[in-house]
Amino acid sequence: MTMGTRALWLLPLALFAGLVVLMAGNLGKPQQAVVRSHLVGKPVPALALEGVAGAQGLTNADLASGKPVLLNLFASWCLPCAVEAPQLEALRAKGVTIHAIAVRDQPADVEGFLAKHGNPFGRIGQDPGGRMMIAFGASGVPETFVVDGKGIIRFQHLGEIRAEHVPMLMAELEKAR
Amino acid sequence: MRAWAVALLLLTGVPAVAEPPPPPDVPLADPVAEQKAKALMGELRCLTCQNQSIADSGAAQAQAMRVEVRERIAAGEEPEAVRAFFVERYGDWVSFVPPARQDTALLWAAPLLFLALGAVLVMRRIRR
Repeated sequence: MTMGTRALWLLPLALFAGLVVLMAGNLGKPQQAVVRSHLVGKPVPALALEGVAGAQGLTNADLASGKPVLLNLFASWCLPCAVEAPQLEALRAKGVTIHAIAVRDQPADVEGFLAKHGNPFGRIGQDPGGRMMIAFGASGVPETFVVDGKGIIRFQHLGEIRAEHVPMLMAELEKAR
Repeated sequence: MRAWAVALLLLTGVPAVAEPPPPPDVPLADPVAEQKAKALMGELRCLTCQNQSIADSGAAQAQAMRVEVRERIAAGEEPEAVRAFFVERYGDWVSFVPPARQDTALLWAAPLLFLALGAVLVMRRIRR
């Protein structure tokens, strides 16, 4: 056997070793991929949702009002949604209009959630079946979309809004102006 | 006595905040359409349990996606159009079947390339 063929025999072993290193490097890393909505830059999907908790329902006209707004997807059963409540209140206090969609929720539960954590929302549409989440390309709750004055989705924030995200969302709203 | 009470509470108590379980699936009345819908469900990825198809997943969003698939198929949409609806929102990632495009040509051709490589190696061995 020449040196060349011997090296060739070692090739599968080297490939296998490379695979092991690659896999070992990925151990312990989160397996959950972040799936961004591909509707950013596109118009808001058609929607006509009934109101809940005393708020008026949500239609496309509310999301094309001439000025940028936030659209928050939340649910009473979602813990991070309670975590982001103070930040939504802070955004509202800065004069931001925030509309919401209550995902897979019961009216009484939404009322209880808003009574406990505060209600920063202008309009709240009900999405009992979770179909609007799919329509928006959302992969979970909470998610927050920046929608410009013409009804075009300009930005998507996945997960809860933490204090450090507030200035970033204000900047995105300004960009969407 | 107290320990028993605590144990009972732990066993029967429900967490204060929990996602409600999804409603049961309602198959389409038309068996052909249901078959089409089911086949597509096996090829769409669940966003909550990302390594499961929406056909296999018990997640509430997978259930909502199954409802979406069934309604669109029942309305006469072709499975490929329904797949396109999801890809438009979530990207290629949502489909377990990779699209046939120029940038995925190598992926689709790979089995043939490896088969050809194998054939060449076998031929050389036989000739020797």
